[in-house]
Amino acid sequence: MNKGEVVSLIGANGAGKTTTLRALSGMIPFSGGIEFQGQNLAKVPSHQIVRLGLAHSPEGRGVFPNLTVAENLQMGAFSRKDKAEIARNLEHCYELFPRMKERLKQKAGTLSGGEQQMLAISRALMAQPTLLLLDEPSLGLAPLIVAQIFEIIKKVNKEGVTILLVEQNARMALKVSNRAYVVETGKITLSGKGSELLNDPRVVASYLGGH
Amino acid sequence: MTLTDRSARIRFLKSLLSPTLTILGMIGVGIALDIITNAYVQFVILLMIANTVMATSLNLVSGFTGQFSLGHAGFMAVGAYVSAWLAMHPALAGAPDLLKYLLLPIASGLAAAAAGYIVGLPSLRLRGDYLAIVTLGFGEIIRVVILNSPAIGGARGLYGIPSAMPLEEIGLSAFSTQFAISSAWCVITVFTLWRLVHSARGRAFLSVREDEIAAEAMGINVTQTKVRAFVISSFFAGVGGALFAHSVKYLNPATFTFTKSVDFIIMIVLGGMGSFSGSIIAAAVITILPEMVLRELQSITGVDLRMVIYSLLLILFMILRPSGILGTLEIPDLLKRFKRKAVQNG
Repeated sequence: MNKGEVVSLIGANGAGKTTTLRALSGMIPFSGGIEFQGQNLAKVPSHQIVRLGLAHSPEGRGVFPNLTVAENLQMGAFSRKDKAEIARNLEHCYELFPRMKERLKQKAGTLSGGEQQMLAISRALMAQPTLLLLDEPSLGLAPLIVAQIFEIIKKVNKEGVTILLVEQNARMALKVSNRAYVVETGKITLSGKGSELLNDPRVVASYLGGH
Repeated sequence: MTLTDRSARIRFLKSLLSPTLTILGMIGVGIALDIITNAYVQFVILLMIANTVMATSLNLVSGFTGQFSLGHAGFMAVGAYVSAWLAMHPALAGAPDLLKYLLLPIASGLAAAAAGYIVGLPSLRLRGDYLAIVTLGFGEIIRVVILNSPAIGGARGLYGIPSAMPLEEIGLSAFSTQFAISSAWCVITVFTLWRLVHSARGRAFLSVREDEIAAEAMGINVTQTKVRAFVISSFFAGVGGALFAHSVKYLNPATFTFTKSVDFIIMIVLGGMGSFSGSIIAAAVITILPEMVLRELQSITGVDLRMVIYSLLLILFMILRPSGILGTLEIPDLLKRFKRKAVQNG
């Protein structure tokens, strides 16, 4: 991956997309090499990886349901110590997601699905990552909300955060991606620019449906 | 209520002044209790304090960090026997009395914390049922080791455990002295754990309970956090054990079976997993209910229905209020709620 890109992995259920992300953030062991900013991640424990600037927003949102929105956001900055910077990040999150600010004292579990996803993304951003891993941000959300989320993904990317996106919603993912890979049973079967894959007959047939 | 008033109140609660004042107040309560109650009631009160320490410490592991431990009585046993053995040791006979009994719980706590570390390090990689079985096994190991150690009484138990001498110069009877020591440690336990859980670092415990994968993604070392909770909890379980030893003055390995651990679990479930106030209330209720209320009932009716009523109450409670008396709320949260309701109703 190059700096400033949006790269997406698309593919069917069980293709190995989530596994790839988990390997990246060190939650499952892997063979072979993963390098991040010139450092091999194979031996770095997962709680250290966040400190290197790689934040993971897990599948199914994974907010802490019984903590308040504010506490969730503070957890995102858990590995950081610079209080002034954290406060600035927090302000920035409110700009991206004005609704977060209204609901600071509410328990995260009582938010709507879309709000929880927004919270999960802003929480990951609180770690001030250079690379953001997003696992299925559109999962179970209404199309309108999905469109909003992808708007935000674009915005975050414009601010210089590199994004690795795992999606089943291939059409949306390909539209925002610079590059994309199609994963099938653990192997990359196709790769190319997002716009190219969007028109690739094989991708259209398998993942986009016949439109 | 203005904001400054409230924040000043919170700052006071968080400062070290509040536990100090509470401890001083408890000494007064002890003197009062000494006058108005008999020896049996006093014994139950001391038991209640030890149980409060046990329940709040277990709440850190099970309620706040979400790890199910069935071996809490094991750590209590370690603490109880260490404190009793040290108190009876001739080398410490010359030590100033009050100081000795105030500080013995620290030794107990350290011993129990060491045991907690040894158990926690390998077993906290396990989850749910598996962890419960390992901790259950550990608790039994401790008990069997004590049972087979003649030096600390073995199966006969340990008799004649000394406790703090009365401080008649300042008007404290034997009970008031022990009450002061016990409640001091109880306040220290609750205050420390409360401040810990509500600190930025302590929120790591909560996040592990909520979602381990997400916690890990936040840069939290999940296993280390669990071990930390376990060790701290064991420390205070050891403290609770020491208070128990000097209140009861007789230790028997049969006291620390797995049913004892279950008692503590009942307390935190009944009080609300993740609520310190709930643990305190439930520890009081569960100690007093079978002892005093139901025993009275027995002497009136002539039938021993204590355990029947006790179990029925527990079942009813869990059906009617499954999240416990307070859920995850604390008493100040409740007060806030009442105030808001009062304002809404005009």
